[in-house]
Amino acid sequence: MAKSPSRPKDGSIKAPAEESHAARPVSEARALAICVHHGNRPDELLEILHALQHELGHIPETTLPVIANALNLSRAEVYGVLTFYHEFHRAPVGRHVIKICRAEACQSMGTDALCNHAEHKLSTKIGETSSDGKFTIEAVYCLGNCALSPAVMIGENLYGKVDAKRFDEIVGSLDKETVQ
Amino acid sequence: MITVYVPRDAAALSVGADEVAAAIATEAVKQKKDVKIVRNGSRGMLFLEPLVEVETPNGRIAYGPVSPSDVADLFKANFLEGGAHKHYRGATKEIPYFKMQERLTFARCGITDPLSIEDYRKHGGFDGLLKAIAMKPIDIVTEVTASGLRGRGGAGFPTGIKWKTVHDLAADQKYVACNADEGDSGTFADRMLMEGDPFCLIEGMTIAAIAGGATKGYIYVRSEYPHAINALKEAIEIAKKANFLGTNIQGSGYSFDLFVRRGAGAYICGEETSMLESIEGKRGLVRYKPPIPAIEGLFGKPTIINNVMSFAAVPIIIAKGGEFYKNYGVGRSRGTLAFQLAGNIKQGGLVEKAFGVTTRELIEKWGGGTASGRPVRAVQVGGPLGAYLTVEKLDVPMDYEEFVKIDAMVGHGGLVVFDDTVDMAKMARFAMEFCAIESCGKCTPCRIGSQRGVEVIDKIIAGTDRTKNLELLEDLCVTMTDGSLCAMGGLTPMPVMSALKGFPDDFHRAPKQPVAEAAE
Ligand SMILES: Cc1cc2nc3c(=O)[nH]c(=O)nc-3n(C[C@H](O)[C@H](O)[C@H](O)COP(=O)(O)O)c2cc1C
Ligand code: SF4
Repeated sequence: MAKSPSRPKDGSIKAPAEESHAARPVSEARALAICVHHGNRPDELLEILHALQHELGHIPETTLPVIANALNLSRAEVYGVLTFYHEFHRAPVGRHVIKICRAEACQSMGTDALCNHAEHKLSTKIGETSSDGKFTIEAVYCLGNCALSPAVMIGENLYGKVDAKRFDEIVGSLDKETVQ
Repeated sequence: MITVYVPRDAAALSVGADEVAAAIATEAVKQKKDVKIVRNGSRGMLFLEPLVEVETPNGRIAYGPVSPSDVADLFKANFLEGGAHKHYRGATKEIPYFKMQERLTFARCGITDPLSIEDYRKHGGFDGLLKAIAMKPIDIVTEVTASGLRGRGGAGFPTGIKWKTVHDLAADQKYVACNADEGDSGTFADRMLMEGDPFCLIEGMTIAAIAGGATKGYIYVRSEYPHAINALKEAIEIAKKANFLGTNIQGSGYSFDLFVRRGAGAYICGEETSMLESIEGKRGLVRYKPPIPAIEGLFGKPTIINNVMSFAAVPIIIAKGGEFYKNYGVGRSRGTLAFQLAGNIKQGGLVEKAFGVTTRELIEKWGGGTASGRPVRAVQVGGPLGAYLTVEKLDVPMDYEEFVKIDAMVGHGGLVVFDDTVDMAKMARFAMEFCAIESCGKCTPCRIGSQRGVEVIDKIIAGTDRTKNLELLEDLCVTMTDGSLCAMGGLTPMPVMSALKGFPDDFHRAPKQPVAEAAE
C-alpha cells in the first residue's frame, strides 16, 4: 500500500469537489507518483486505484491515461478495472461515505428500515451524496459483522447493532467533527 | 501489575471496544492501579462484546458486554480482582458457550495477543511449521490428505489432493494464494482469525508453500476488512523479523515471501479464478476451467488456493497428526468447522464444533433463539448461494453429504437466522438481485438470467399471471443451474428454489395494493 498522506480514520475526505481546472494537474501528478511508488507494475493496479482514491476521494477521469501510460496498459484496460469494482468512485463523493450493509443477515435485523431512516435523515438517496457534500450513502453487501447486525461502516470504522437512534448519534458526531 | 484484555476484533470495536479500553486506562491511572491492557482477538462470543477479561489467580474472569459508562462501576466492584458485578460472567473458559466448543483452529483466538510471536509460540504456535521443515514435502501432503480436511471456502474439495497436484508439477515458480474474500453474508470466521491469530494463517500458508514447492504467496483480503488487512501486514513484518517468513526460514533452506492484496468490493472475486484475475490487477472475470488453478493459476503458474480456514487448520494437523484431526467429525466431513451464528439470533458468534452438530443445536444451545424473541422461520446456511432451511430441516447434521441430500450446502458455515416476520418471496427476489449486482457478466444465464429472475419474482409478488410466472421461474432456475460458468449463477437458484419449495405461501399472498393498505 502506498504511504499516502493518511486520511483520517473516520474516512473524511478533505475536498470533495476537486474537479476544478487548477486541481487537475495535481490529480495527475499524484496518480503518476503513486504508480511509481508501486513500481509501475500492472498487477498493482487495484492497489494504485485504492491509494489514489484514498487521497482524492475518487478516481478522476483525467488520471486514467496517466495510469495507463505508466503501467503500459491500454486506457480501456484501466477503465475496465475501474468500472468492474464497486468500491471505486468515478465521481466526487461526500466527505463521509456511509456504507450500510443490506445483505441477508442485516436484512433479518431490519436494515431496510435503517436504510429508509438514513435516506430520510440525510435527505439523500442510497447511492447519492447530500446536497451539502457531507455525506454519501452506499449500500454494501456484508461487512463481516453479521452477529451484530445491522452493520454500518464509515471510513475504516465499523459499527454494529445500528438502529435509527444509534445512526443519528454516529452521524451527529461526524457532523460535529466536520464543522470544527 | 494486573493484565486486562479488551479485544481489538472489528466486531468488538463496532460496539465500542476502543472506548472501553480507553476508559479502563484512564480510570486505572485515576485510581493508581497498575494495569496492563492487552488487545486480544475475540473469543467469538460476540453477543458479549465488548468482553473484558481480567487475569486473576483463578484464571481469566470475564465481564460483558461492557460499555464505557460501566467502567467506573467495574472498578468500584473491584473487577481487577474478579469482583461481582452485573456484567460478571465468571471464568471465561467455563462460560458454556465457550466450553461446549471444540476449538482446534481457534484454539488461541481471544487468548493471546495476536501480534505477539512469543505468545503464539507459548501456545503451540509454529510447532506445525517446525515439524514440517523436517518432513519431506510429500509427507506433508500425505498428512493433510490423511486428516480428511476439505476446503472450507464452500466447495469442500479435499485439500490434500489439491496440494498433491501442485507438489507433483515442476515449474520455475509456484504460488500459494489465500482466499480471504469472505463475501458471504453471515460469515466472519476468516476475519476473526486474521485479526485474532494472524500467525496461524501465516504458518498454514508457509507449510503449504513447503509442501507444494512455492516461494511466493498472496493473501487476497476484501477491502471491507481494513482491520484484518492491518493485522496481517503487521504480523507478516513480525514473522519476517523472527525468520518465520522470508529467506531460509529457521535455517531450513526454504524461503517464502508473503504479500497482502486488497479486493475492491466485488463478491465474485471470492470465486477462485476471479480472485486470481483480481490479484493480477485485472477485472474479476471468471476463467474457464480447465486448466485448473493448481496447474495454471496465478500468473499462469501452479497455485495452491485455499480459504483462510483451510490453511489455518493445517498447523494443528501437522503438529498433532492427520489422525488427530480426522478423529473429529462424521462421515466424509472430518475435523471441525467454525460455525457462525448470525442474523436474528440472540447470542450470535463463532462456534467451532466438529461436523455432525445440527443447525437446531447451534441455534438453540448456543444461539439461544432469535434476537427478537419470535419463532425461527427460516435459516440460510452457507451464504447467499445457500439454501433457506425450514424448521423441519434443522435437525440434519452438519455434514457436506447430508446437506447435499436436502438440496442445501454447508458452505463456509454461516447460519443466518430469520424470525417469522420474514417474507421469503422478498428473500428469493433478493437472491436474484444480488446475483444481478455481483455477476461478473461473462456468461448469459447468470448475467441476464438473474435480471429476468428479479422481474419474474416481481410479477409473482404482484400477482400477475402467477401460475405461468412460477413455472417460468422454475424454468429459469434450471437454465441458470445448468448453463452458468461458475457457481455464482449456478447456485443462485438454490436459495430461490428453497424459498419457493419451503415457503410456498409467501409466493401466493394477496398482492399489496399500491395505494390503499386497507385492501389487505
Ligand atoms: C461466487 C463465489 C464466491 C466465492 N467466495 C468465496 C470466498 O469468499 N472465500 C472462499 O474461500 N471461497 C469462496 N468461493 C470458493 C472458491 O471458488 C474456492 O472454491 C475456494 O477458495 C477454494 O479454497 P478451499 O478449497 O480451501 O475452500 C466462492 C465461490 C464462488 C462461486
Ligand atoms: S456464472 Fe455469473 S459470475 Fe460466474 S462466470 Fe457466469 S456471469 Fe460470471
